[in-house]
Amino acid sequence: MLNSKIGLKLTFGVALTILVVIAIFAYFNIQSENRSLLTEVERAAQQYSDHLKADMGYDMLHNDRERIQEDVRRIGRQGTIDGIRVFNKMGEVIYSSESAEIGKMVDIKAATCFRCHLTGKPVKRLQKQEHMRFFRTNPDSSRQLGIINPIYNEPSCWTAACHMHPESQTVLGVLDVTMPLDKVDQNIRRSQVAIIVLAVSAIIILSVIIGFLVRWWIDRPVQDLLKATRQVAGGNLGYRVEVKREDELGMLAKSFNSMTDNLADARLQLFQSDKLASMGRLAAGVAHEINNPLTAVLTNSSFLLKRSQGQPEMREDLQVIVSETIRCREIVKSLLDFARQTVPKKRKADINQIIQRAATVVENQLSMGQVELVMDLDDKLPNVTVDANQIQQVFINLMVNASDAIGEDGGTINVTSRPISLGPAGTLQIKRALCRKRHDLVDRKIQIDGKPAISMRYKKNKETGLIHLNPMYGSNEHKLNGMPGFDKEVELMCPDCSASLIADGEFCPDCGSSIYAFEVPLKGLVQGCLKEGCGWHRWEQVDSSWNDEYVEVRVTDDGCGIPQEQLQKLFEPFSTTKGQKGTGLGLAVTWGIVDNHNGTISVESKLGVGTTFTIRIPVGP
Amino acid sequence: MKQIQDILVIDDEPMVTRVVTKVCGAEGMTAAAVNHANEALHCLDEGEFRLILCDIMMPELNGFQFLEELSKRGIHTPVVMMTGYSTVENAVKSLTSTGAVDYIPKPFTADELLTVIMRSLRCGMLLNEAESASLPRSGAMSYVPCPANYHRLGYASWALMEDKGTALIGVSDLFLRAAEGIKAFELSLPGEDLLQGIPCTEMTSPDGSIHNIMCPLSGRILEVNTQAQSNPSLVERDPYFRGWLYRILPSNPASDLQWLSL
Repeated sequence: MLNSKIGLKLTFGVALTILVVIAIFAYFNIQSENRSLLTEVERAAQQYSDHLKADMGYDMLHNDRERIQEDVRRIGRQGTIDGIRVFNKMGEVIYSSESAEIGKMVDIKAATCFRCHLTGKPVKRLQKQEHMRFFRTNPDSSRQLGIINPIYNEPSCWTAACHMHPESQTVLGVLDVTMPLDKVDQNIRRSQVAIIVLAVSAIIILSVIIGFLVRWWIDRPVQDLLKATRQVAGGNLGYRVEVKREDELGMLAKSFNSMTDNLADARLQLFQSDKLASMGRLAAGVAHEINNPLTAVLTNSSFLLKRSQGQPEMREDLQVIVSETIRCREIVKSLLDFARQTVPKKRKADINQIIQRAATVVENQLSMGQVELVMDLDDKLPNVTVDANQIQQVFINLMVNASDAIGEDGGTINVTSRPISLGPAGTLQIKRALCRKRHDLVDRKIQIDGKPAISMRYKKNKETGLIHLNPMYGSNEHKLNGMPGFDKEVELMCPDCSASLIADGEFCPDCGSSIYAFEVPLKGLVQGCLKEGCGWHRWEQVDSSWNDEYVEVRVTDDGCGIPQEQLQKLFEPFSTTKGQKGTGLGLAVTWGIVDNHNGTISVESKLGVGTTFTIRIPVGP
Repeated sequence: MKQIQDILVIDDEPMVTRVVTKVCGAEGMTAAAVNHANEALHCLDEGEFRLILCDIMMPELNGFQFLEELSKRGIHTPVVMMTGYSTVENAVKSLTSTGAVDYIPKPFTADELLTVIMRSLRCGMLLNEAESASLPRSGAMSYVPCPANYHRLGYASWALMEDKGTALIGVSDLFLRAAEGIKAFELSLPGEDLLQGIPCTEMTSPDGSIHNIMCPLSGRILEVNTQAQSNPSLVERDPYFRGWLYRILPSNPASDLQWLSL
């Protein structure tokens, strides 16, 4: 656990540091508290002892032994004193708060004497500190403080009337006061407990706060990133980390996202080029292998057809063989063409007829699979300039796909055709956009709905960055993405040369804001309002001369449907949904053909409900 | 005296040689078929042919190596190249190699095959006439009274670079003569793209056969000569000036032109 989570490790590390710091702090705090309490006790004891000595001095000069013993006994009974003893130089107890001790000799090795008589010979003067001793009468009892106060010989002592002490004596005796330390020790313990409690709670609170912060600032974003890397490692290059902050981890998330974008781009290109390369090889192989047998079939059948005048029944069959073999030839060629992206041979043709022909070709396949083909074709369909063979191939592909989706349980394929009018809005993609100095603004690295976006640089006060315009002209999406709020200060320019893209002296007729303008080669100026939400745009040359006539063909089935994740890749080469059954080329070829006709193909699908392919081809001149 | 036959068919696929000789035979032509280019060289030692149909992708000696071999041996029999691998490169190389007069991608119908054979036979005849009129022979081009600054793709079509960077495209007079005249043209529309070596127009001759004219330059059609379309005889009378077919914007003139001969 500890090895696996950076947040936990960090929290643990910080908590440990806090623990050590606070423990050291608490230790020294307790020490100093002890010292100051004891110093205070020592000072009080010393003072007390000095007072007592001075007090007794007077009685001693008068040699009033009764009174001295009475004082000692009385004072010794107070709670703050454990005992008072006065012994003479010989170690005999002269006075004591315990009457029983009077007259007893004190061993020179006893704690009281030991201080001065440590080295064997009497010491004249003691340091103040050395007067004190801490001891316990037995291990279980509380501590006591003993203070020894030597009674030195003074002139008044040897001149006193009693003549008790000769002048030669230095020390007359010792006043030994013993005081209980239980109260002090109790205080010390109390303050120790308080400090420890404080330290422990500080450690706990700090750890919790740090743990929380680490989790919030580090653990979560790291977990998010980790999740993202796992997703990306698993192949989901569409996964994005949510960028919530501007700190280093936020920046990391941002760069991670852009790295994934680039990776996805590179992978797509690699896939496409790889697929196209292998398709080129495949096509070349197929072309060579199939064209020889096809030559035998086509030449023989067309030769027979030439010689079968007057045999109408046979001619009809031969005609089918010849035309279908020619179609095979065109398929093989279109395979090569797709790999090489060549041009269709366009003639005016009736789309309905092409659909009928395609239906005849797939009919056998459909009836075997219990599939009903329902056609609803508009008679008033205008003729369209197309490569009839290629477009027929498109319909055959879609019908065969529909039939495969329906499977063996049976179902219906609906094919409808109708003329429609479409404005340029949402149908025309801007593929090149030039600034005044002829730099192309179309940025292939940034895609909106899979199409290269138009990039412009904005500058507002000191802030600068790129904004992107959806290249689908006039659609609802044809708007500036990422604009940092519009006002008069905003400048817009070419990312390459910084030439301004704002139209001088022209303003939006709807809202009066500034407008941007760029040129599409040979197709004039595209203009649009900068203000978000206004949406005004104009492309004079296209708006006025737009050919809005289209033929729309829809192929709908009630088959199994296509999963959402496959829809995006549907038109890529080799992305088959049929497993071993398909080559994965059908829809790629279909897409290529429709695109070559400047048309659009789109797909809608719902799992278990069915799929609709919609093809729109411009009627053309 | 060597025996003279009409056609020599060379293809490593027996099915193909068989059907080609059958179609030729039905039209009253004599044809020999071999499955190796080396055998063909042997046949050419033994007898003479008016036309050779030769596959490009063959084991041992391929079609282009065969052409070189013919050139080395001084054999001037016109050759039509065939291939199942109909790439632009193969097409252009076939039309521009010394000795080759035409190119037909496989598979083809009997009519398509016969159209190419007939046209190439006539082309060979016209070239022979030119030779007997003691004009110097330099490839297939010697006969064509084509203006000097015109770039030509084989004997089929021409391109003229114009000052504005555009180019005119038309059909050569030798092709027109070999096809025995024009009845109609099927022209593409302005805005469409043309590719070098790929048919740019279908021409119908009076006998109803359809001839594909290979495009000499890749590019986008800017203008179609409507006069030529409405009046095909204009092309026949003046193929190099008023009888142009397309004005195009060449997409890759530098690399395209290196294939063409001036």
